[in-house]
Amino acid sequence: MKAVCWHGTNDVRVDTVPDPKIINPRDAIIKITSTAICGSDLHLYDGYNPTMKSGDILGHEFMGEVVELGSAVKNVKIGDRVVVPFTISCGSCFFCNRDLWSLCDNSNPNAWMVEKIMGYSPSGLFGYSHLTGGYAGGQAEYARVPFADVGLFKIPDGLTDDQVLFLTDILPTGYMAAENCDIKPGDTVAVWGCGPVGQFGIKSAYMLGAERVIAIDRVPERLKMAQEQSKAEVINYEEVDAGEALKEMTGGRGPDSCMDAVGMEAHGTGLEGFYDQAKQALRLETDRPTALRQAIVACRKGGTVSVPGVYTGFIDKVPMGAFMNKGLTMKTGQTHVHRYFRPLLERIQNGEIDPSYVITHRLKLEEAPHAYEIFKHKKDNCIKVVLKPQS
Amino acid sequence: MTLTPQDKQNQDEGNETGRWASLIGGGAMVLMGLRQRSLRGALTAIAGGTLAYKAATDKGGIGEALGMDKTIKVEKTVTINKPADELYRFWRKLDNLPHFMKHLKSVTVIDDKRSHWVANAPMGATVEWDADIIEERENEFISWASVEGADVDNSGFVRFKKAPGDRGTEVKVVMEYAPPGGAVTSAIAKLFGEEPEQQIGDELRRFKMLMEAGEIATTEGQPKGS
Repeated sequence: MKAVCWHGTNDVRVDTVPDPKIINPRDAIIKITSTAICGSDLHLYDGYNPTMKSGDILGHEFMGEVVELGSAVKNVKIGDRVVVPFTISCGSCFFCNRDLWSLCDNSNPNAWMVEKIMGYSPSGLFGYSHLTGGYAGGQAEYARVPFADVGLFKIPDGLTDDQVLFLTDILPTGYMAAENCDIKPGDTVAVWGCGPVGQFGIKSAYMLGAERVIAIDRVPERLKMAQEQSKAEVINYEEVDAGEALKEMTGGRGPDSCMDAVGMEAHGTGLEGFYDQAKQALRLETDRPTALRQAIVACRKGGTVSVPGVYTGFIDKVPMGAFMNKGLTMKTGQTHVHRYFRPLLERIQNGEIDPSYVITHRLKLEEAPHAYEIFKHKKDNCIKVVLKPQS
Repeated sequence: MTLTPQDKQNQDEGNETGRWASLIGGGAMVLMGLRQRSLRGALTAIAGGTLAYKAATDKGGIGEALGMDKTIKVEKTVTINKPADELYRFWRKLDNLPHFMKHLKSVTVIDDKRSHWVANAPMGATVEWDADIIEERENEFISWASVEGADVDNSGFVRFKKAPGDRGTEVKVVMEYAPPGGAVTSAIAKLFGEEPEQQIGDELRRFKMLMEAGEIATTEGQPKGS
């Protein structure tokens, strides 16, 4: 089959690789009809994860048709149309039982690696380095899905791939980030980053009752999308100081909650931006936390900071004094996709949200190298790429 | 009544044995409590009383014969979302162990007490030993020790204890092993991994996966680009 393989920094290729096969009784094989490139894939593309190996198959946002089942999978049929959560979860451990699916105990064969850095390992993830299990990803014609009896969600007839594909990751990620904002009636939520997760975070914040949402980015078409699709107020941080602007826009009190939908490769400005670029380049700091710092400082006293943005390692100069003295709460985590599938599918079915509006590019699988390039450099107004492996 | 020095010594040994028994059954780090003592000695003492304990601590006893300074001690605990009896039953059927202990080739049960173990060593070689169960308490505890002539002298115990708040079972493994001297030493070191803690931790993690999820998560055999 054809698959998008990582070969090094800024080097992805479409290789011909063996077809996946059933390895464990709870496995399934999916023929992939749609697969997206995630902003977090760019962290791998940019070479910030040292546990990537040449030849690793990328991709964790994919859906398709069931073509083969392991002997233990009884609740899914060959031919079912399914979406696949990006988190791999066993469904029977302490964490899965508590609806904390991304913290599954049993799905990361390389848990020992993570334990050295994080103490305990979260779940395995598709196509996201050997730190999270080294599972082959879904930017391919076929993929093997472990624990398929709990890791496949059947899609009802009448919904297109574009409408349901993002149930795999970015829609529940934006939604969980908004839930983590602990929104009360009348609240103002500030969202750093207007990539697809930020867009869905903004929309979800309104769905969960926010009075106002203020979106912060520097890419004009992304700010425009937030404005037009979700009626967010916007701040271009290259034109104004985001912190000052937020203070003015919120009557001098600050937003009730702040969402960092940027993560480890934030673009800082001025001296601070240079400091983090230099430290990250020299590997003295693994992650650049500009958005997180701003979110902590900008948040009103007693507010909540929600962090859907991905961090993998260590950050410098966290304003812990502001965090502690203002009595803030921080909520974060990889998304518990399984928890949100059904309620969000209902919102799609009843027309509350059609997530396909973030898609700017639909390309063939073979065009993946070009897709990574335009997505990384935000060329051609690229916000979200969907690859169609069967076309 | 006045205690003779001999009475005093017996009493101390009795106390010590009791202390170990509670240490092994308790919630603290077992190895920290054992300090420089031999695990085999402690396990034998609990099972058979002070005489065996004396043998283990006397100069020239088992500890010295093994070269105590060369022994490797490991302690690892995992909580499994299953009742103790289910876990105990699976483990006590010793020929199940190679299902989740990667380095084991086979375990053959000889009788109620004795079993024969074969482990893979580097470069296609194997190492073998016989082991006896020293003590077993149903659904709670199994301790074992290799018998004389083992390629790798080892002893240890596995303990199954109900976790607080009815949150499954805490499974603790404490092991001590002494690689023999000479040319095979480095091969044995590799057999158990550069980091024994990690190795035993991984075995326990695979046991947990098998018991909770019914299978062991793996990516071996999946496609990749060249």
